[in-house]
Amino acid sequence: MTHNIQFSPNTTSRPAFSRRQVMIGAVGLSFAFAFARHDLARATAVAAARTGKEMSPWVSIAPDGTITIMSPATEMGQGSLTSLPLIIAEELDADWSQVRVVPAPPVEAIYGNPGFGGMMYTAGSNAVTSYFKPLRIFGAQVRRVLLENAATKFGVPVDELTTEPSVAVHAKSGRRLAYAEIAAFATVPDKAPEIAPEQLKKPGAFRLIGKDVMRVELPMKVNGGAHYSIDQQVPGMLYGAVIRAPVEGSAPDRINDAKAKAVPGVIGIVKLPYGVGVLAETAWAAFAARQALEIGWTRQGQAWGFESEKGIEAFAAAARDPNAKATEWSKLGDARAEMPKAASAIEAEYRCDYAYHAQMEPLNATASVTDGAAEIWCGTQSQTMAVEAVAKALGIPREKVKLHDMLLGGGFGRRGHRDEEFIIDAVLLAKEAQRPVKVMWTREDDVHNGRQRPMSAHFLKAGFDASGKLTAWQHRVAGDRVTSYVDPVRFQKAGKDFILMLGTDLKGYDVPHQLIEQIYQDAGVRTSPLRGIGFTANKFATESFIDEIARKRDADPLKFRLDLMKNSPRAVKVVERVAEMAKWGKPRDGRGLGLAFIDYSGSQVAGIAEISLDRRSGEIRVHNFWCTIDCGIAVQPDNVVAQTESSIVYGLGMSLLERITIKDGAVEQSNFYDYRVPRMNDVPMMHVEVIATDNHPTGVGQMATPLVAPAIASAVAGLTGARLRHTPFTPDRVLKALG
Amino acid sequence: MATSFIVNGKPSSTDAPPATPLLWVLREGLKLTGTKFGCGTGLCGACMVHIDGKRAFSCQTQMSEVAGKSVTTIEGLSENSSHPVQKAWLAERVPQCGYCQSGQIMSAADLLKHNPKPTRDQIVEHMSANICRCGTYQRIVRAVERAAREA
Repeated sequence: MTHNIQFSPNTTSRPAFSRRQVMIGAVGLSFAFAFARHDLARATAVAAARTGKEMSPWVSIAPDGTITIMSPATEMGQGSLTSLPLIIAEELDADWSQVRVVPAPPVEAIYGNPGFGGMMYTAGSNAVTSYFKPLRIFGAQVRRVLLENAATKFGVPVDELTTEPSVAVHAKSGRRLAYAEIAAFATVPDKAPEIAPEQLKKPGAFRLIGKDVMRVELPMKVNGGAHYSIDQQVPGMLYGAVIRAPVEGSAPDRINDAKAKAVPGVIGIVKLPYGVGVLAETAWAAFAARQALEIGWTRQGQAWGFESEKGIEAFAAAARDPNAKATEWSKLGDARAEMPKAASAIEAEYRCDYAYHAQMEPLNATASVTDGAAEIWCGTQSQTMAVEAVAKALGIPREKVKLHDMLLGGGFGRRGHRDEEFIIDAVLLAKEAQRPVKVMWTREDDVHNGRQRPMSAHFLKAGFDASGKLTAWQHRVAGDRVTSYVDPVRFQKAGKDFILMLGTDLKGYDVPHQLIEQIYQDAGVRTSPLRGIGFTANKFATESFIDEIARKRDADPLKFRLDLMKNSPRAVKVVERVAEMAKWGKPRDGRGLGLAFIDYSGSQVAGIAEISLDRRSGEIRVHNFWCTIDCGIAVQPDNVVAQTESSIVYGLGMSLLERITIKDGAVEQSNFYDYRVPRMNDVPMMHVEVIATDNHPTGVGQMATPLVAPAIASAVAGLTGARLRHTPFTPDRVLKALG
Repeated sequence: MATSFIVNGKPSSTDAPPATPLLWVLREGLKLTGTKFGCGTGLCGACMVHIDGKRAFSCQTQMSEVAGKSVTTIEGLSENSSHPVQKAWLAERVPQCGYCQSGQIMSAADLLKHNPKPTRDQIVEHMSANICRCGTYQRIVRAVERAAREA
């Protein structure tokens, strides 16, 4: 069994979709939209290819009652493969047990993410947020078409009809028609019916949203049946391995491949613009030859000579220097004018190191390149970027790129870079070999070629009026640029480095004058969004500073926050509830409690860490972590809990263990022995409560990650009086802080 | 030189060089891709299989060591995902990205085979050989406890 669930248009020379079809799709829901034939042999039980009558680009209904729904997002563990089709199914009133999910093909005009300007891109925990309204409309439109057809058949007014799951019901006459029966004779109008927002279901009428269903791909994830791109095999395929330059912009200038070529099974050594590739008959031969290569590199590229240990000092000096050239990120009121008038002020600095994604599936892709066309198998966070990057690399139209987007063995932001470099490895080697090639990175490659969560230094200043009220706030972030490296296209549009800077704001707290600035640092280190993006570093700084201010003023950090958030009732609720869960205020022997709160893109999250500390070794132990989340409507509540637990564990790694260092421009770490990630014996008991509200759903995939470091630092401060200012809180740093 | 061994109850053989790790023979040779490549150094447990009834890192086991032995992979753990650990994994909704879960399940099945009623501490100790980057650990503990209860 495979999970080769992608839509596979059965086409050799012509593109899967004509321009006209896409244009029709662009005006909205087009019932005239026709899909090319698909490859049934590749279909699986959980995600059969589309069968039956196409009711819309999103929905088909088969005579046996199977309802096929397209899923526009990629699946990397967050659950979108289930939750997005579920939203359509809700308004369609589909019988979920008969629903099959199929990944949508890369046709942005129809399936693009409204939250990313129409790109097909799964990131920012925004799939449900951005698709929620349109998918409800699309579901309701198909339901309406079914009802109108049923009404005509029954000879009754359409408003006398209701639905039960997958059945149209005329209560007056007791007549019923299954959706499958209607689809068999239905006339689908050229123009989709108008659905007004008030015609959608009221939350109280939801049958699927807010209930927990089994995620569609889960059964395959307990028996080895789930198919990731690394599992792909193609007839006649070779294996590839690649050594990339240690520094971005560098190239090989000396290649000694004698030993590599002597490895049995090696077919060839390929010089690439940015490294050297190996082609071999087996995976093991490719890896062995890769190890045997000796390569010298040009010293082109910005990062050569950069040392992160020294770099962080330079970043911190820049953040602290009032004359350093700064770019304004956001402001409220007039902090520049108000800060000098403050009756008193407090300053503080915080620092964060580089960190690595460590998705469990090392990056890989399979490609076949022939005759001006390419076929790729990959796990990407963006179908759009994947096909565009491949088309650009080969100089062919994107319609000539056939994409098979597979399950991702973790994403965490690593697989949504505009250049999709790990796919290009396979494409370039396949072009050279004129045979399909699967390129796998080793774990060491994955670490060395890592694109880091940026290093950053933070300088903060708070000003108070004579009554002691917090009135002015300044935050200067000195950090590597991220957005311009990850995605120059989006950076140009936004004009700001949002991946570095998001989370600097004080949403939820009333502080009238705020000024937040970025001081660009160009170390040349490869950077990336990483789960929690800017929030993880920035909330460590802002929440730690709030906590520090409270403790310096002998205020209870809980009460201090509640006083600042009087105008944010949803924030108050998550904070009060988490304090209740943790029994905040109840003294405990040898253990400290620390609190953090975040409004993360609308989701309200609060967390409390309970820690103890070994004063001799400097080791912190987190025993319990309580967490509340209000993400509005929780589409899949148990998955909200699961994602929050996951975010906490990820945040724990960022807080205590995970650290990439750079020496002479290159990553120093290699594998899980020198880049430690949390294991089961590192994690606390986690107590997560979802506070469901009727607000528009907001993200859940990473919101708790940035809570963990400030909550732990707060707990250490409460227990010892020492303030931790640099993540991760390694034992040596803790000992230094304890003095 | 061919190496003969048993995989999921069936005789098998490979002409891969004797130093080839079992992992690559399983995945690329026998197309048993449920066993995953994670680190190649025996640090993450994504490659966990059973060899003669005990868990082993297939990335650290050369074919020369497997000759004549019996290997069980996730595909051979049960028919129809019916092993108590697999059932518990679904009941507790453990997997997220799922990539590490074959290895986790093989580790848990090994634990319960040798220690049918483990304490929580024993579960944590045993399962700390496996990394889950999605951080599903709390649910893994619950699932192992459930499997011990319901087996």
